[in-house]
Amino acid sequence: MSNNHDIVLKTEHLSIQFGGLRAVDDVNLEIKKGELYGLIGPNGAGKTTFFNLLTGVYKPTSGRIFHNGKNITGRSPIEINRGGIARTFQNIRLFKNLTAIENVMVGLANGIPCNVAESIFRLPRHKKSEKEFYERALALLKVFQLDEYKDYLAANLPYGKQRKLEIARAMATNPTLLLLDEPAAGMNPSETQELMDDIAFVRREFGITILLIEHDMRLVSGICEKLTVLNFGTELAKGDTAEVLADPAVIKAYLGD
Amino acid sequence: MINFLTALINGLSSGGTYAIIAIGYTMVYGIAKMLNFAHGDIIMVGGYAMFSTLMLTGHPIPALAVAIVFCVILGVCVERFAYRPLRGASPLAVLITAIGVSMLLQSLAQVVFGTAPKMPTQLQIAGAVNIGALSINKSTILTLSVTVVLMVVLTLFVKRSKIGRAMVAVSEDRGAAQLMGINTNAIIAITFGIGSALAAVAAYLMLMKAPSLTSTLGAMPGIKAFTAAVIGGIGSIPGAMLGGILLGVIECLALSVPILAPFTEAIEFAVLIVILLVKPAGLLGKARREKV
Repeated sequence: MSNNHDIVLKTEHLSIQFGGLRAVDDVNLEIKKGELYGLIGPNGAGKTTFFNLLTGVYKPTSGRIFHNGKNITGRSPIEINRGGIARTFQNIRLFKNLTAIENVMVGLANGIPCNVAESIFRLPRHKKSEKEFYERALALLKVFQLDEYKDYLAANLPYGKQRKLEIARAMATNPTLLLLDEPAAGMNPSETQELMDDIAFVRREFGITILLIEHDMRLVSGICEKLTVLNFGTELAKGDTAEVLADPAVIKAYLGD
Repeated sequence: MINFLTALINGLSSGGTYAIIAIGYTMVYGIAKMLNFAHGDIIMVGGYAMFSTLMLTGHPIPALAVAIVFCVILGVCVERFAYRPLRGASPLAVLITAIGVSMLLQSLAQVVFGTAPKMPTQLQIAGAVNIGALSINKSTILTLSVTVVLMVVLTLFVKRSKIGRAMVAVSEDRGAAQLMGINTNAIIAITFGIGSALAAVAAYLMLMKAPSLTSTLGAMPGIKAFTAAVIGGIGSIPGAMLGGILLGVIECLALSVPILAPFTEAIEFAVLIVILLVKPAGLLGKARREKV
């Protein structure tokens, strides 16, 4: 078992069974630091289930998950997030009645000790930390060119901006590994292009590792270095993007015979 | 005219008490998605905590402090030991548990303090302030000011603090909040704590006006405050404030008209029915559109 500290995420024989259905079946994944890794597959292949396993929403039936060499199998979503894995959702799950900047501030607040009395009575220390939060949240919004929308309710942002805000909120929890669940879903080609640039920028700027689920082949082949293809919960192929996409079995799974 | 003004001011004041209780219902509903029917009985326990402290010290201020601390501990414990094990269980199981907790608290109070009413008269504030022909009880003025201060503080807390934002986040999407590293159990416990502290304050305001304490002290005000929360739109804090004050004003106005007085409670609940017919989500509640 290599405990190479270059490996940010590693799953060993990861499986989950719902009744008689093996939604994820013996998936072995290894993602190195700084990699941009893609997870693709037809609908119902188990991609989102795999994300739910990684973030502790589901407990695996068998297999193990390692994050930076630490076994995180069976930990709660809160612990896993605080350990440095953040995610976005396929169906956007922003806090719709909070403003854009407040959404990011929620992400920033985790793990920072908070004191009920201090915030109720609005003591100076509370004010100071609030101001600091605000500045940090604003800086993050700027990265995603969302700063001019900071006081918009999340629900009122255009769709593409909501997707970006979700990434900004995830980044606020200061992750080492970012999981993106279909970030380009429902985007038009120019929004997708903008998103690709943003993802590349975030990776460079924050030096983080990214695992993304995607259907948009242009995005996948444009930015992912490596791919794993899931089909009916099992690994159909994995390796360098160009090779995997040329694999006849992959083409068959996507397009049929 | 003077009668009308007096009734209005009394209504604002008793509505303030309803609002303080209704906030407890509405916050717990918004964040933990459950109806805490034991909330009214927390008021009653607060009353007995106050009464016991008064026996020892004789001063209202330490009595209030002890009651607040005791109610917060009780509220957090009830959440921890009765409701948290049922997280994820069907809403009906949680509801029946809440009713069970309510009965448990009432029966315990009867066992410990007996069924005869206690009279913590030290809490009473006598006297009135005269403005022209208008005479307002000092207790009414105190109730109004306490209500206003509490509402302002609570609104600022929810809108402008980390915990407040985390509360909104948990109420909107508990799963997503967890994945952002928010400790949802802690947020729910804090919510119960805040609601219970408000219940203790409500006990003080109620006993200040009518110092008669039995194990059912919280029952009727609890139901009325719940009605107020539903009128305002359950889950909405400004809604609970509005609903509480509206209900108090309707109550006192009805009581001031001799023909209507016997029907006061019927009128209050009829208002609930009418409002729900017109706005099913309550005055400030958000209409939820079901997606097909």
